[in-house]
Amino acid sequence: MLSSFLTNRATGWEIIAPNLTITIFGLLTFAAVIFLMFVIGERSNVKAQEWIKYLVFLAPALVLLTIGLIYPAIRTLILSFMDARSETFIGLDNYVWAFTRPEILIVLRNTVIWTLAVPIFSTSIGLAIAYFTDRMKRGAWVKSLIFMPMAISFVGASIIWRFVYQYEPNLKKEDIGLMSAIAKALGVEDPPNWLLEAPTNTFLLIAVMVWIQTGFAMVVLGAAMKNIPDEIVEASMLDGASQWRRFSQITVPMIRATIVVVVTTVLIGTLKVFDIVRTMTGGNFQTNVIANEMFNQAFQQRNFGTGSALAILLFIGVIPIVIYNIRQLRRERTER
Amino acid sequence: MTALAPKPSGLQLTKGRKKMKDVFSSPWASFAAIVIAIVWTVPTFGLLVTSFRPKSDIVTSGWWTFFSDPNVTSENYQSVFLQGNAVTPPLSQYIFNSFAITIPAAVFPLTIAVFAAYALAWFEFKGRDFIFFTIFALQVIPLQLTLIPLLQLFARGQIAGVQVLPDMEITGSYIPIWIAHTIFGLPLAIFLLHNFLRQIPRELVEAARVDGAGWFMLFRKIIFPLSLPAIASFAIFQFLWVWNDLLVGLTFGGGVREIAPLTVRLAEMVGTRGSGWEVLTAGAFVSMIVPLIVFFALQKYFVRGLLAGSVKG
Repeated sequence: MLSSFLTNRATGWEIIAPNLTITIFGLLTFAAVIFLMFVIGERSNVKAQEWIKYLVFLAPALVLLTIGLIYPAIRTLILSFMDARSETFIGLDNYVWAFTRPEILIVLRNTVIWTLAVPIFSTSIGLAIAYFTDRMKRGAWVKSLIFMPMAISFVGASIIWRFVYQYEPNLKKEDIGLMSAIAKALGVEDPPNWLLEAPTNTFLLIAVMVWIQTGFAMVVLGAAMKNIPDEIVEASMLDGASQWRRFSQITVPMIRATIVVVVTTVLIGTLKVFDIVRTMTGGNFQTNVIANEMFNQAFQQRNFGTGSALAILLFIGVIPIVIYNIRQLRRERTER
Repeated sequence: MTALAPKPSGLQLTKGRKKMKDVFSSPWASFAAIVIAIVWTVPTFGLLVTSFRPKSDIVTSGWWTFFSDPNVTSENYQSVFLQGNAVTPPLSQYIFNSFAITIPAAVFPLTIAVFAAYALAWFEFKGRDFIFFTIFALQVIPLQLTLIPLLQLFARGQIAGVQVLPDMEITGSYIPIWIAHTIFGLPLAIFLLHNFLRQIPRELVEAARVDGAGWFMLFRKIIFPLSLPAIASFAIFQFLWVWNDLLVGLTFGGGVREIAPLTVRLAEMVGTRGSGWEVLTAGAFVSMIVPLIVFFALQKYFVRGLLAGSVKG
């Protein structure tokens, strides 16, 4: 036992040592480059600084964004019109493939369901909790608990929920999954194998994402509610408005802009969701979504054509949001 | 961010708010909030309890029975931490990898972003707005859109089939993962930091310029120290995002075990040991402990960063 422990430690250290070296080397190199640039920058005369400043401050980000985001996005667009090995141009075949293959149609349908359900549920539950806790005594710890899943990785969250959905085929044995135990307590005699039954399983995966995103919606919407002037709330109280009326006719309209931001942020995050589907079901049992299928096509089937076409479909999903956001930003800037 | 600053309110208003709190806080609303909070916490709590139960208990009874028959062991943690070999290293190895990936992948983008934000907020040049809007739009580009070309670039140093970089043989090391995270973190970081840096009073900057401070000294002496709170907020963001990431680690890590982060190993464990709950629960909790500590210790800064990006007045 002890000897095996020691040899394990040895192999561990043999792997860690070079990795540690490269990490420290990477950080030191980076620091040295920055230091050197500042030394040169500060020593050079006023006139030279006028162009050195662009080189040091702006150029690194622009170069990285061009090589790392803009070029790859254009390249992916081109690859989506080419065959699996990126050798011949095949026109729209990859897109025709995406819209005719039954299993890919399910993938597209699921992605639509995700992008509708997650923003709607997480925003409305988040809105409700934000309203409930707005003037609640000791509401902080309630918010903390609901916010906590934001800190957990999608992989971690998937393990947590797989355990909740765990199925026990032998009816004589005790359930270890919470979901089945609750179902039996409620009188369901033979609860299904939750993650295998379509279409329920897609919604059970969606629940995981809602569980994570609700905290985000709650915190952002809660902060917006704090900005509603007290006088308005007081006036409505004097008018004898009911809780529900106050919520629907004052709170919601006053924070409308923030609600839109929350919905779009959650929507973008949901489009890209990959880890949950991959960890919970591997995309099987009709639960697949575009982001996961894109990974399968590109990195497991090694088909860069279909993989790229799916990535472009994801991008088409966010284009309306990009346009809307830029318009909003323009308007805000001119208002200032 | 401006919209968030608490409104200056007189003593009377504060009093009014306190009084309103009593009238408003309906017991039903509080009750509902508490019920939701409990529902939200139970799954994680179940995982934590399970990770401390012996394997024989885990597979034969639900974790909720633990309280009537408490049976605690640290064996699961010992086994995920220490048992392993060259082929499947123990989790301690992956914890190291997660730190080795996350720290540089937070430092690099933050530094480059605060530089760019400074340039975009305070340098006067043609095309500034265009660049700013482009960066803002880049925020929503799905990572998936860039994966294939970027991987080819790292693997072969080619852009569109043309050799632009020497073959550096960096695949299989942390370097592609650092660079990828740096690139993907930049748009949001630049946007948030720019919004913050623009609020630094113009008089302050101009006074320093008149005193003869060059652009570099201005950054070092005034801009950087003033932007530290915003940098701190975003650092937490980036740290959590990189630590919790699976896709970048999986693709840019090239499937090499020696450099894979915790998330990649956990996802793999789910695939191979889908119902080995004694290792999965302990492993999942090990991966969660660092982000949870960061989260609860620095929640205030985290929330501040979140709000800077999304609240509009």
